Amino acid sequence: MILASTLTTNLAILVLAGFIGFVVISKVPNTLHTPLMSGTNAIHGIVLLGGLLLLGLAGLDAFSKALLVIAVAFGTINIVGGFLVTDRMLEMFKSKPKPPKADEGEGGASSGPGGSGGSGDGQGGRS
Amino acid sequence: MIVSTLLATSFLQSEDFIYVLYIVAFALFIQGLRGLAGPTTAVRGNRIAAVGMAIATIATLLNPGEGNWGLIALGIALGVAVGVPAARQVKMTAMPQMVALFNGVGGGAVALISWVEFRHSGSTYGSHTVHLGAELLHPLGASIQIGGVPTYVAIFSVFAAIVGSISFWGSNIAFGKLQEIIPGRPISFGSAQQAVNLVLLVLALAAGVDLIAGAHSELLFIGMLIVAALLGNAVVLPIGGADMPVVISLLNAFTGLSAAATGMALNNPALIVAGMIVGASGTILTRLMASAMNRSIPAIVAGGFGGGGAVAGAEGAGEHAGTVRSTSAADAAIQLAYASRVVVVPGYGMAVAQAQHAVRELTKELEARQVDVSYAIHPVAGRMPGHMNVLLAEADVPYDQLKEMDDANPEFARTDVSLVIGANDVTNPAAKNTPSSPIYGMPILEVADSRSVIVIKRSMNPGFAGIENELYFDPKTSMLFGDAKSAVSEITAELAQL
Repeated sequence: MILASTLTTNLAILVLAGFIGFVVISKVPNTLHTPLMSGTNAIHGIVLLGGLLLLGLAGLDAFSKALLVIAVAFGTINIVGGFLVTDRMLEMFKSKPKPPKADEGEGGASSGPGGSGGSGDGQGGRS
Repeated sequence: MIVSTLLATSFLQSEDFIYVLYIVAFALFIQGLRGLAGPTTAVRGNRIAAVGMAIATIATLLNPGEGNWGLIALGIALGVAVGVPAARQVKMTAMPQMVALFNGVGGGAVALISWVEFRHSGSTYGSHTVHLGAELLHPLGASIQIGGVPTYVAIFSVFAAIVGSISFWGSNIAFGKLQEIIPGRPISFGSAQQAVNLVLLVLALAAGVDLIAGAHSELLFIGMLIVAALLGNAVVLPIGGADMPVVISLLNAFTGLSAAATGMALNNPALIVAGMIVGASGTILTRLMASAMNRSIPAIVAGGFGGGGAVAGAEGAGEHAGTVRSTSAADAAIQLAYASRVVVVPGYGMAVAQAQHAVRELTKELEARQVDVSYAIHPVAGRMPGHMNVLLAEADVPYDQLKEMDDANPEFARTDVSLVIGANDVTNPAAKNTPSSPIYGMPILEVADSRSVIVIKRSMNPGFAGIENELYFDPKTSMLFGDAKSAVSEITAELAQL
């Protein structure tokens, strides 16, 4: 009985999460689809948890342990790599504090320094 | 060990507390992704999701059954050592490869985890196996028996193994193609391709069913992983470069779904929710990309677009083969300088030439001359969804100048000059006018509606689809031949002298 109810509870979570995923992701504009992909890459790095849970099992042989270490490493690559690279990308999209079109007359002159400031931020994120 | 025994009954390690942390984690994932609805909230959204991930990881480590701390530290250290430098150093033009690679390792992790689950279930999934007595205390409070797991666990585990393996190998091939280690053109068995894929799929499923039914063979499990690996190779190798946006999205969906299946097998709600969200995201993107090419997902997966017989026929039908007008950087500069409205249409050629910064310099120069500049971006321009937007954002192009196809198309009629940089098929009027064209019906950027068009292109070679572009023979189109970066820089230099 416990197993059956675990299965059905988890299936309910699975189905609801699918619907929520569709609703939330549908609102992401085309412009941000690359960061969305790298961000979801980071999120599926959550398989790390599976590797961690299994490493807690008693009686793993050396080969299983080796496989799990690789799995944990893969999951970690996903998580840290994915979130970092997404952050880098999104910072580039964000770096527009002032409305660019309102002051086009002087915009030509002032967008020069603004532009170099933005790329400076990008390099800060990289180092 | 002593510490963990002392803490075994403490509140922090109680199942409810760990479960609550998982709920907090997936709520943060959802909240974080909601932030991606706009560029101003997106950075914070990504960080919120990262906090959720940290909480989920900590919750898992609190699990009283946790052990092998040295190996956990080793795995995480390896992952950080690879992931952090890769994420910091990757160029924006190489982002599609990066995403493919990250996607692949995720699928690989899923497959490896399923493998260990199988090994540890005593090499049999059969639900009537004698329990060995060893029990892993589970976050949910239920305990799973080692040696003999419920059938549904076996089903999800086998599903995760197959899909994870397909995703790992498919993504690696996609990476190889994007990195140009493997030729970008379709590689296939020709007409036998679909039969080969089908046989591989049936073999993988048969092995999976056998394992779920309780087959006592680790060799069979490894065989299943290998067949799934071959399937991943066989599916992605025949797919050409321009179909990559669909393939990457599809593999992304696969990895997400396999992670959700692992969550079902391990009874872990955080994995289920996160996996399903990624699966939904990948599915939505796959559908968007496929409809932006007016092609069905099965047709793309079946592969072999470009260089086919139908394409050769369509080329022969191109009676538009008139004269092509070539222009110089100086003439293009004059044309642009006297325009009041210019729309830039970037394509993969801009990414290849890494011309995004040169393009930004040019448009800055134009803006200084009171020219209204915007960018029209086709959903499948480049090699992944949103590829062009990232490059232009890197070059510091304001977000509100980036127009999606549906917003850009009505504007072409009142555009003086459309500047097409390294884009081809997405501007081809044949998609609207020529029912015999292989790309007929594909939504395009209607640059032919603008008063004049300048196309920067390396040569007259047709694009990926191997189709002549009528646009180039249009009397109002002029061609500027050359590398996108140097051509754009030349125009900027000429413009500065006007």
